[in-house]
Amino acid sequence: MLAFIGRSVIQKIVTLFFVSVVSFAIIHIAPGEPSQVDPLNPKFTPEMVERFRQAFHLDRPLYVQYAFFYRDLLTGNTVSWKDNQPVLHKIGERFFNSLPLFIVGTLITWTVSFPVGIRSAIFRGGAYDRSATLLSYVLISIPGFFFAYMLIIFVVGQFQVPVIGMQTFGMTDTPWFFRLNDRLWHMLLPSMLGATGGIAVLSRYVRSQMLEVENQDYVRTARAKGLPWEMVHYKHALRNALLPFVTMFGLILPGLIGGSVIIESIFSWPGLGRMAYEAILARDYPVILTINFIAAVLVLIGTFVSDILYVIVDPRIRL
Amino acid sequence: MNVDAMNAPQEVVLSVEGLRVYFRNEEEVARAVDGVDFEVRRGETVCLVGESGCGKTVSALALLGLLPRPPGEIAGGRVRFCGDDLLDRDEEALQVVRGRRIGMVFQEPLTSLNPVFTIGEQIAEPLRVHLELPESQIRQRCLQLLHDVGIDSPEQRLAAYPHQLSGGQRQRAMIAMALACGPELIIADEPTTALDVTVQAQILSLMNRLQHAHDMSVLYITHDLGVVSQIADRVYVMYAGVIVETGAAQPVLRNPRHPYTRALLDSLPNRRKRGRRLYSIPGSVPHPAYKPAGCPFHPRCPRAIDACREHFPGMCVFDDGQVARCPVAAGRKLTDWCRS
Repeated sequence: MLAFIGRSVIQKIVTLFFVSVVSFAIIHIAPGEPSQVDPLNPKFTPEMVERFRQAFHLDRPLYVQYAFFYRDLLTGNTVSWKDNQPVLHKIGERFFNSLPLFIVGTLITWTVSFPVGIRSAIFRGGAYDRSATLLSYVLISIPGFFFAYMLIIFVVGQFQVPVIGMQTFGMTDTPWFFRLNDRLWHMLLPSMLGATGGIAVLSRYVRSQMLEVENQDYVRTARAKGLPWEMVHYKHALRNALLPFVTMFGLILPGLIGGSVIIESIFSWPGLGRMAYEAILARDYPVILTINFIAAVLVLIGTFVSDILYVIVDPRIRL
Repeated sequence: MNVDAMNAPQEVVLSVEGLRVYFRNEEEVARAVDGVDFEVRRGETVCLVGESGCGKTVSALALLGLLPRPPGEIAGGRVRFCGDDLLDRDEEALQVVRGRRIGMVFQEPLTSLNPVFTIGEQIAEPLRVHLELPESQIRQRCLQLLHDVGIDSPEQRLAAYPHQLSGGQRQRAMIAMALACGPELIIADEPTTALDVTVQAQILSLMNRLQHAHDMSVLYITHDLGVVSQIADRVYVMYAGVIVETGAAQPVLRNPRHPYTRALLDSLPNRRKRGRRLYSIPGSVPHPAYKPAGCPFHPRCPRAIDACREHFPGMCVFDDGQVARCPVAAGRKLTDWCRS
């Protein structure tokens, strides 16, 4: 076990190094550069562009830029080229805006998908299964932005509550429960929308996993032993069907930093996804690369956690 | 005990009459089991023997309601276990019989045991569900069962997972599971097919010993006539979903009446055939959706005559009690059926 942990930490550091090189190269090879963002702006004289290039080492060779960037990143001194703010501070601020959306969305996704998928598999071909299948295809097919606007129109028209942004402007002086209520209303739609796509896909996946397990010999053995229905399905079948989802549990970790660009844009939610999107448009390399780097670290931690969890739930796997 | 046991009147534990199991899809109906009769009496070992795909396993699963439905369906027949009709029962009523009064041992012990639970847990389950024993007794009983089936250091094996045991030990654990509640009948579906020959012999003698110790009946499904000759009191030979020959095991094996049984015996290797090319039955088992008219064996039968293409004969009883569905071998109306 300890040997596995040591080995995998070293492997992951090596991987991280290559990720940093490749992502750095891709960003810099992409056409355009920060100094040319607005060449028609009359305030941007060639001298200014040159000064800008020098200030951010853009006139130096790529490998030197690479060294400068990761030195700054690892010492925590990266600043955004757009507004000179420390990048980590900007990310931290946005992170705590995105976090509630992510947590609520993920909780809804997992708590709905599993019962739906499992039930569909046990009663395959029945009315429940067929309507769940139809609904999930509908949810997969509806474009998220369209669905979002329909829901906004419905909720605003029906309940007269504001849903854009994180809170209603001018509520800061009201008692705490009004503010809490306001916050919850604002969170409701974006997190639900984030969850719908996930529910549609995950419940199908749960269903197919469960169906496969239901056909295994050991499920037949459980029935041949005369075990009651609940034990056959919810103990013998389910326990095996859940194994692959342990891997997925590790892989949702990177979602922490990704956020959802579309949903955050529609609801004017000041989250990480929107910040990353704006940084890409502005060619704000430090912000893009820092988010990218953190995402890579989270992916690696996620896979590591999955490996460990797998050992805990599946007795056949030894490290 | 074979012949003596045959003559003594014995209580019938399991009787199957005219069992039909069909698998239906849009285009075709596969008649996997097409009118099968057999019975198992108290304390005897009955073998159901035949090639792969002849409906042996499907019959066994149908008895206990373990067929996947759909596509499988029971199209007719009666299954009586100690007087009760099993096919009439709903799922809940069957649960009382499964594991409690009829134990089942499957072919592939690795896939038939649940990989994520310990052996102890899996053996304890039927005890908990059927006998409702307190936890302290369950552990004692599990240890006793593992000891009975010849697993050494049962204390440690109780906490082992299936993948940590050898093939033979896994099958012993399966048998312990089937035995847990002291069933009257064990249905063993090719329990030694996945094991190597030395282990196979151990498992056979183990089952034999347990059967006598617990006074159980055994319905043993196999394709191996060698196994039949070692353990069976009576044998039913199955072909294409029907029983083609039955009788006490030794007479059937020594003097088979049906050409199919004869062909099966001829395809066994033995010392006398050394150096000669081994016989194999030409052709293959017909697909259950496309069985030939008449006797299903006639396209492969060396003694088939024209009448075999049109008529499927009923059971012909011989004077020694052997029964076969072939008048050609029965010596009846020989001139009508067969020129030789």
